[in-house]
Amino acid sequence: MKWARNRRGWPDRAGRFGGYGGRYVPETLMAPLEELARAYDHARRDRAFKRRLDDLLASYAGRPTPLWPAERLSHEVGGARIVLKREDLLHTGAHKLNNALGQALLTRAMKKDRVVAETGAGQHGVATATAAALLGLEATVYMGTEDMRRQHVNVERMRLLGAEVVGVESGSRTLKDAINEALRDWVTNVRTTHYLLGSVLGPDPFPRMVRDFQRVIGEEARVQLRRRYGRRSPDLAVACVGGGSNAIGLFSAFLGDPHVRLIGVEAGGRGHRPGEHAARFGGGGAAVGVLHGTRTRVLQDAEGQIAATHSVSAGLDYPAVGPEHAALAELGRIEYTSATDREAVAAFHLLAETEGILPALESAHAVAEAVRRARRLSRRALVLVNLSGRGDKDLESVLAYDRARAEAAP
Amino acid sequence: MSGRGALAAAFAAARREDRAAFVPFLMAGDPTLERTGELVGALAGAGADVIELGVPFSDPIADGPVNQAAAERALAAGTRLAGILELVSRIRRRVEAPIVLFSYFNPILRYGPARFAEHASASGVDGLLCVDLPPEEAAAEVLPALRAQRLDPVFLLAPTSTRERVRAVARAGSGFVYYVSRTGVTGERAALPAGLASEVRALRRALDLPVAVGFGLSTPEQVAAVARVADGAVVGSALVRFAAEHAGEPDLLPLFARRAARLAAATRRG
Ligand SMILES: Cc1ncc(COP(=O)(O)O)c(C=O)c1O
Repeated sequence: MKWARNRRGWPDRAGRFGGYGGRYVPETLMAPLEELARAYDHARRDRAFKRRLDDLLASYAGRPTPLWPAERLSHEVGGARIVLKREDLLHTGAHKLNNALGQALLTRAMKKDRVVAETGAGQHGVATATAAALLGLEATVYMGTEDMRRQHVNVERMRLLGAEVVGVESGSRTLKDAINEALRDWVTNVRTTHYLLGSVLGPDPFPRMVRDFQRVIGEEARVQLRRRYGRRSPDLAVACVGGGSNAIGLFSAFLGDPHVRLIGVEAGGRGHRPGEHAARFGGGGAAVGVLHGTRTRVLQDAEGQIAATHSVSAGLDYPAVGPEHAALAELGRIEYTSATDREAVAAFHLLAETEGILPALESAHAVAEAVRRARRLSRRALVLVNLSGRGDKDLESVLAYDRARAEAAP
Repeated sequence: MSGRGALAAAFAAARREDRAAFVPFLMAGDPTLERTGELVGALAGAGADVIELGVPFSDPIADGPVNQAAAERALAAGTRLAGILELVSRIRRRVEAPIVLFSYFNPILRYGPARFAEHASASGVDGLLCVDLPPEEAAAEVLPALRAQRLDPVFLLAPTSTRERVRAVARAGSGFVYYVSRTGVTGERAALPAGLASEVRALRRALDLPVAVGFGLSTPEQVAAVARVADGAVVGSALVRFAAEHAGEPDLLPLFARRAARLAAATRRG
């Protein structure tokens, strides 16, 4: 297969996934990125590093996370079996901790004592604050003030964990603006500080490093599927795509298996018009561009100015996508689709009522798509969904959304 | 040398007069392109050797608050890259100082690097500096496009740059090299970093290109200190802020010209 051949060895030495990726950063960050890449390449071959990380993931974070057959949900939908990979049960409540622990250990290995991070939904910020507390690192987390409002529980959690949370007032006051500010901090303090980036975004080596730290999701799921169902793989694997880390983490294990259809779900928001969604593949206004250090698909206007985005879920509300996703989309190996705000909130309720699980609004986008697909498949088919996080942080957003809809209804 | 040589000539002329080149920066379109044209005229009259014009971008990760706000004003006024190029061709009738566009890469990528180079060259632009486009990433598409139109590719070097990176910039760049005085974003600072003089001296020994120093310079004293060791001194945020603070005043242009002239005078070494 074309993608199988192309994908071998991705990214190349320049950090490129086909025509995407690279290192588009100010000169001040170039040598530090080279140093980070060297440190990471050393760590990933270092047995002691791997042992330490595996131990943290198991004894501290609670891996492996279970694979849960959502039978009541599947029955309700009336089609394929839907199986959930329960990253929501990981310590701190989302897959983000897999990566935060990995990079925090690496920060120590590089003899730096401070990390900065961006956060949208607050889950990566909480994971970073947690890993920093555990390893004795100083942490500063940048967060758009719009996101601080809608995810304020996570703001309080970060502060209780000892992190400094800095509100970002510029632009749309969401994830994009938080990354701008984290990069400005990093470029200023790069000698003492590591940028603990939370998704498969940014300049090389971040997209491959974050992917590798999230691979554990798919590797576990593969083993669990075999043990529980005697199957090598699912028919369909579905994950939401903000930057794309939980999706790549799950999909990596199945990329080489052409029988598995891989489906990434973006935020369809309120509609197709620019500014109303965060669908970098399906929505209006996307083109190849460079944002936050990487060449990828970016929502932008005809002048190359970055577009505003909208999603009910803060973690998907971002105008660019990880470069490996852009490359895999081009090869047709991953299909991308979107779920609207309304569909995501409906899926949130459905999962709560059928399975007793409140999913993160990000993950609810994946559930919405899984339900849509499962309906059209036979009972023997198996749909694997990455339930990337839990929904406690989103209660207010969901209630507010439902209230607004009830008021708008005649 | 790949450009038309106007940048190299401007630095050489300053050197002959025993001074550093004065390199002011303005954000194009802040608050309107018309005003930018007037301010550039004032800078030229005040003794600017090279003029840097910022292309506003929505997400300027290398800029501090002053230039961020300037970019926001410029974008709010509807500033477009094509409009900036038109402004340059109008300025060219009155202003001889070479003009370098200072941009983030995405607006250039969207415009199309080859098309940009063609139009920029026709407008009388002399060089392009993309803050987030290191020589490695410029090599495939941008460098050939600029060279084909005899535009100078200007690159940054920073205190963190390794010897290999200095060599890469020496190979790819022309016109001059922009040395970032400190790790950080653009904006005024109270003091110059301690090691600056020795860093710049080492860089000048390693490079055949003139070295201009920027990021954090705002006062004539700082310009004078930089002029003693470097080939050029860049002043950005301080001028951007001055123009914004005095925007509503009838005598903005003479005030601005006087401020610029004081900075220009500080480049004399004698
Ligand atoms: C629970 C959850 N899922 C998904 C995401 C989206 O990120 P990614 O696409 O990198 O997995 C986030 C980001 O905040 C999140 O909190």
